[in-house]
Amino acid sequence: MSSSFLQIPIISWMNIKNIPQRLGTSSVAVFGVACVVGVFIGVLSMATGFQRTMLKGGAEDVAIIMRSGATSEMASGLGYAQAQEISHLPGIVRDGEEPVSSPELYVVVDVTKRTTNTSANVPLRGVLSAAFTVRKNLKIVEGRTFTPGTNELVVGRAVQRQFAQLNVGDKIKFGSTEWTVVGAFEADGGLAESELWCDAKVLQEVYRRGNSFQTIRVKLDGADGMQKLKTGLASNPTFNFSAQLESDYLAEQSKPLTLFIKTIGWPVAILMAIGAIFGAINTMYTSVSTRTREIATLRAIGFGSLPVAISTLVESILLSLIGGVIGAVIVYLLFNGYTVSTLNFSSFSQVVFDFAVTKDLIVQGIWFAVIIGFIGGFFPAIRAANLPIATALREV
Amino acid sequence: MTAQAVNKSAIGSTLVELKSISKHYRKGKEKVNVLNELNLTINRGDFLALMGPSGSGKTTLLNLLGGLDKPSSGELIIGGARLDQMSNSQLTRWRAQNVGFIFQFYNLMPVLTAEKNVELPLLLTNLSSAQRKKHVAAALSLVGLSERADHYPNELSGGQEQRVAIARALVSDPQILLCDEPTGDLDRTTADEILNLLQTLNQQQGKTIVMVTHDPRAADHAKTILNMDKGRLV
Repeated sequence: MSSSFLQIPIISWMNIKNIPQRLGTSSVAVFGVACVVGVFIGVLSMATGFQRTMLKGGAEDVAIIMRSGATSEMASGLGYAQAQEISHLPGIVRDGEEPVSSPELYVVVDVTKRTTNTSANVPLRGVLSAAFTVRKNLKIVEGRTFTPGTNELVVGRAVQRQFAQLNVGDKIKFGSTEWTVVGAFEADGGLAESELWCDAKVLQEVYRRGNSFQTIRVKLDGADGMQKLKTGLASNPTFNFSAQLESDYLAEQSKPLTLFIKTIGWPVAILMAIGAIFGAINTMYTSVSTRTREIATLRAIGFGSLPVAISTLVESILLSLIGGVIGAVIVYLLFNGYTVSTLNFSSFSQVVFDFAVTKDLIVQGIWFAVIIGFIGGFFPAIRAANLPIATALREV
Repeated sequence: MTAQAVNKSAIGSTLVELKSISKHYRKGKEKVNVLNELNLTINRGDFLALMGPSGSGKTTLLNLLGGLDKPSSGELIIGGARLDQMSNSQLTRWRAQNVGFIFQFYNLMPVLTAEKNVELPLLLTNLSSAQRKKHVAAALSLVGLSERADHYPNELSGGQEQRVAIARALVSDPQILLCDEPTGDLDRTTADEILNLLQTLNQQQGKTIVMVTHDPRAADHAKTILNMDKGRLV
């Protein structure tokens, strides 16, 4: 007597071969699950893409120093003298005699989005030449860098693609000041590519900031560099600054929007999944109903009720799986790498990022489909197992 | 096919014993008695036709004999096994080893070829693939359908479908063949062919057959005819 386990593939195979006779209802279930998995992966790929962009920009050997209590660069501030003093604290790499430190100014400007033709906040960062030393991954890929003392801009590749008037040679006005775009840079797809850069001294003058900055980025000297820097900051009672790894800072900055997208994405996906479960239940009840006599015949011949139930679940999970794969493939083809920009709640400026349909998301989406299939097939499977054989055999 | 190896000396000994078998259903608050204190003995090698009007209880009796349903009271013994005391899963296993069913509408799996349909009961045994193939070929040959082994049910006539169903019922060499209106869906000529086949199986292979039918001409092929009315043998 073959075990129940061996009966499962036999009955499942018959169920699956029978699907073409129930193509309509089966397609509804597949379509429903494809939509759910598509939306699920689509929304989460947005959060993943945003997070990836934010995290890519953060180096683990660079510290960002801001005024204590400031949660973003916008809210921080420090004078030139303080910037100089901080630069000479221990724990910072030196290039000859000079510490590798980059005092920076950070403002937001209105630029027109290409897609909507509406203006949006874009970060304009004023930097000195040290900024390029601190950020090793940043390279000019078109034109040249700005000439100090002039109203020249270099623009991130990502922001250049999404916003108007940012091609090399374009002139663009922020307030009453006109700027010329002289170059574009890439930063491995990191956050810096969402920014415009200019000479810090010029920006100080245009925005009447005197000789002040907002943050300093410093290159840390070895594994204990951060600890030394923190000790140095703490040892001077006139300092009211705190240091954070750039990678930690950007991870922190990415949290609110990522959380927001996920908070919306999950409930939407779950609500849709409930709909898809009802679709699957309906499909599987139809499947059991159209196969009533076949199931009863198998039961009469000696096939067990458990294999009959499990094979109904197998069919349901298979249909869901097909839907899940279709949804995942469509979302991957349509959205993976699709570039958008959105407001980062933390900096009140636009971040340009790509949707990232990652392997992990696809796996999660497929598991989601399997769960829908399991729940959708559960009650029909119980019905199949409990069919009254004698009555069902006589169904026409 | 192991039907050839049937123990001819066993023919005539008791195979089925029903002692005071009753069966009732509940229809709302009402109790409907379908079988009333039924006593019956069927010997090995018998070909029994059960006749009677609709609602007389003949199909219910057939279901009890096939282990598809359980009696409300009484003793039901087939081949020494007490079916009335078996659990549902024990009945399932018992059916696989002891009964072959032949239905009015054939009940073949539409997605399987004739050969694969016949093989189904053997998938519940420990036979190897080669052994199964041999048994299936013998069963199909016995019903005269070797040429149609790779045809699907929708490519066969009604009579051919019923022959495949008979081959499926025979292939695992069960103790008893239970036929529920086996010719009810067939024209006269085809019905006669099927009945002749059943008769041959009974006479030459020694198969014990119980057949429910409304058709007196079908019943004439049986060795014994029993009439039922209101849940009793009359």
